[in-house]
Amino acid sequence: MTAVLQARGVVSGYGEVEILHGVSITLNEGEIVAVIGPNGAGKSTLLKAIFGLVPVRAGSVLLAGRDLTNLSPDRIVQAGMSFVPQTDNVFPTLTINENLEMGAFVRRDGLHDRLERVYGLFPDIATRRGERASRLSGGQRQMLALARSLMLDPRVLLLDEPSASLSPKMVDSIFEKIAEINRGGTAILLVEQNAREALSFSNRAYVLAMGENRFEGEANGMLDNKEVGRLYLGG
Amino acid sequence: MTGMDRLRAPFAGLRGEKLITPLAFLFITTLVILMPAERSGWSLSSVVSFLTFFATTVAIFSIFTLGLNVQWGYTGVFNFGIAGFFLVGSFTAAIFTKGAPPPPDPVTGRPYVEYIGGFGDELDFLPFLDSGEWLPFIVGTAAAALMCGLLALLLSIPTLRLREDYLAIATIGIAELLRNIALQEQGLVNGPRGLLGIPSPLSGLFEPADYKYVYLLIVVAVLIVVYIAVERGIRSPWGRVLRALREDELATVASGKNVFAFKMQAFVFGAMIMGVGGALYAYQLRAISPEGFSHFFSTFLFWVMLIVGGSGNNRGAILGAYIVWGIWIISLQLQGYTPERPGPLGFAIPEIFQNRIFFMRDFLIGTLIVIVLLLRPQGLLPEERRVSIWVERQARRLRAARPMPEGGDETPAG
Amino acid sequence: MIALAGWFSETLTRVRDRLAGRGDTVTGIALWLLIAVLIVWSAVGSTQLFVVGVIVGSILALGALGLTLIYGVLKFGNFAHGDMMMLGAYIAFFFLTGHVARTSREDTQLPWALDSLPHAVDRIGDLTFGYGLIIAALLAAVVMALLSIALDRLIYRRLRRRHSGIVIFAIASLGVAIAVRSLMFIIWGPDPRVYVSGIHRAQSYPLGIVLKTDQIFIFAVAVALAVLTYLILFHTKLGKAMRAIADNPDLARVSGIDTERIILWTWTIGGALVAVAGVLLAVQSQINPLLGFVILLPLFAATILGGIGNPLGALAGAMVVGIAQEVSIEFFEPAYKPGVAFLILILILLVRPRGLLGAKV
Repeated sequence: MTAVLQARGVVSGYGEVEILHGVSITLNEGEIVAVIGPNGAGKSTLLKAIFGLVPVRAGSVLLAGRDLTNLSPDRIVQAGMSFVPQTDNVFPTLTINENLEMGAFVRRDGLHDRLERVYGLFPDIATRRGERASRLSGGQRQMLALARSLMLDPRVLLLDEPSASLSPKMVDSIFEKIAEINRGGTAILLVEQNAREALSFSNRAYVLAMGENRFEGEANGMLDNKEVGRLYLGG
Repeated sequence: MTGMDRLRAPFAGLRGEKLITPLAFLFITTLVILMPAERSGWSLSSVVSFLTFFATTVAIFSIFTLGLNVQWGYTGVFNFGIAGFFLVGSFTAAIFTKGAPPPPDPVTGRPYVEYIGGFGDELDFLPFLDSGEWLPFIVGTAAAALMCGLLALLLSIPTLRLREDYLAIATIGIAELLRNIALQEQGLVNGPRGLLGIPSPLSGLFEPADYKYVYLLIVVAVLIVVYIAVERGIRSPWGRVLRALREDELATVASGKNVFAFKMQAFVFGAMIMGVGGALYAYQLRAISPEGFSHFFSTFLFWVMLIVGGSGNNRGAILGAYIVWGIWIISLQLQGYTPERPGPLGFAIPEIFQNRIFFMRDFLIGTLIVIVLLLRPQGLLPEERRVSIWVERQARRLRAARPMPEGGDETPAG
Repeated sequence: MIALAGWFSETLTRVRDRLAGRGDTVTGIALWLLIAVLIVWSAVGSTQLFVVGVIVGSILALGALGLTLIYGVLKFGNFAHGDMMMLGAYIAFFFLTGHVARTSREDTQLPWALDSLPHAVDRIGDLTFGYGLIIAALLAAVVMALLSIALDRLIYRRLRRRHSGIVIFAIASLGVAIAVRSLMFIIWGPDPRVYVSGIHRAQSYPLGIVLKTDQIFIFAVAVALAVLTYLILFHTKLGKAMRAIADNPDLARVSGIDTERIILWTWTIGGALVAVAGVLLAVQSQINPLLGFVILLPLFAATILGGIGNPLGALAGAMVVGIAQEVSIEFFEPAYKPGVAFLILILILLVRPRGLLGAKV
């Protein structure tokens, strides 16, 4: 298994507050890895630190061996990693098509082919491509956000709580879509509050608490582990 | 994080940073004393006379900045139409203290001057107490404050709920409209020629040479009263709500306070203070014209004073008025250094710059406020910490109940 | 009394919210109706004033185009915009004539200026200016674009990095406005200037309309630039990125857009627009340091009326403000024209802050 994304001993935070006190995770080719843990554990901060949105004070982030620590997000996108934020993840006054175009902004070539490929993955939004994104429902917006992040066929996809504020039916759809994307070759690192659902779709998982690694292992095993269950899944 | 929170200076903690305030004060004071002294040939009486006039103006402008501080520093109302209140205050005071307009020219039938009011003589109720020397002025100042308060009340209905940048452009528009009306309607305040011969309080009781000291005392007394009123106000329960409002409007709303009423009260209070300032200005200058109440001079300058001095801070307001007016006066003095009459070491402003000095001063003031905003946005005297623990606790409580936008690991469990 | 005023304001807000609740099409329709009545009635009843209003509206439109672009993308109402327009006019004047003020009576003339080119000031057709002014205007556009970028780098970007509120931006831009205005006074003196001196005759047209060819030119340029700006915003990659940043700057960064570079382009286009607007304002009126502040309120009224960030809205809004201002002299003294713009501004802010065509349709 080759590691496509590695975070080693990442220390990070906002302003004077340190949130991550040296977190390490590894994402291998073709994997889906979940990061779970209680509130305030620093899960979202970890994704943002990897993506260059929050300064990394110590430690490193490597994408296929290449050091990306503290690079600006547009450079990281060019290197082959995409990020879907938890909220406000579409451009409301832009059309669906324009939203996708923004996903491919850093490359000039092959826009048409990229669009067709992504529309193929997301047929629901393909039919409405001329409409403004503000007219989409919550679940459809999440799909659009995912679609945008795939425009450049990234090696690694970072997802921040993809199922947040979605109906149970949409949650299933989103995770199925995530699995489908993964089968297409993209490695996925996702942060989730909805631990059960995330673990059932992931290969491996890390448990974070108080800005530190607490647990790591196969996702399957984790669902049965009573210790983890009690402390971190919240039932 | 709210507006004032984000203004933490990027240069705080630099060595020498604490010296900026005393250095600025020293610099201005030195020049303000030395320049007129040198120009007048080191005549003590000239310097004292000059400094009296300077101090009077600083005190009057301090009153304005205190009023602005109530509106912006303590409540967050972004009033960019100070010129309107300044104008209304000054002219109201004038028409209550001047006598009635003289009859029109008997030959042509055209009036020499036209204006409304002119109650000065009628207000001389108690001639045995020389009431003509003080009563019209008390009435005039009170009327100025009341008119400005009324104006603020009326304006707050459509504008107070606007977003800050909209409020700014709206208040700019109102001030210009008021100025246009004053200029256009001849019968109102005599149009562009304005009102001349405005009397001064107690002026008849003193020799003209001595009067300026008396007036300085009057103005300083009023300043002290205003300062105490504002300080008391801000430490009262009413004032604490205002501070809470500016720091965290949501929290204050949640605690059941009628936000709009508080904002309006602060707006009106601040406006009334500006009215008093306008009245004192009219009595000092004795001649005012709507032309003189331009946006730059009567609105922007006070903002520079407040920001340089330290917004949210009453002492800062006064210091800011001192520093900025000091710069203004120094530039006036500089104009005196012509090649024919050079200063020490032959210092003179060549002719090519002579007629540009005032524009260079304006340029300096414009860049000054930008530099202050970039390097030391909290001003010379930084804002006091929250005035009461009640506010701090309340705000903290309500912040915990709301989801945090950043560091978003506090969303409710899925 | 305070309670009464408070009650008034609450009722106003409640009325507005209720209207907004009905998809605010009701307010929209009402406004459009009002505007249609204004236009038809003034076009028929005071045709000459209507036409002058269209010309004034064209100039306002050119200014509002730049203002609405910056306001939409950077969420920043630039109070220096009017004075920047005037600075553009002065710089074009400088390139054309090479004059700067020396004393209050005399100018210094630089050894070479555009008007020494052969036939540079020969009038093109019935216009009052020649190709010399056109070149001067283009050069001024370059200078103003560079200046706008410099101001952003020095001032506004630093404030952006610190997440400063709109208030700080407003005060900073007012400081810049004062500095720019003073600079114009310093370099060129307080007396008004013109590009071409002498009397410019107007032509008569049917329906009692009297127009100078310059004015028709201004109208054409305004419409052309409005359409051009629209095309840039909606049909180019750069424009779409601008709109993306206007929607959600953080998401734009996350998508891989180099937001600072796009912002520089925004200032470039804005700066060029500001220069052209200033030159044409000066052609229609005069070159005068105070004109920038006078035009600020109508510019904001036009921008907000049309919807912030919406170039065609800026054109429409500017036309409405221009026509309303000119036609108002049938009822009020000309001195109150800015008051008309102010009334429009207040009305829109109270009733439909997102403007006629909505923000960035």
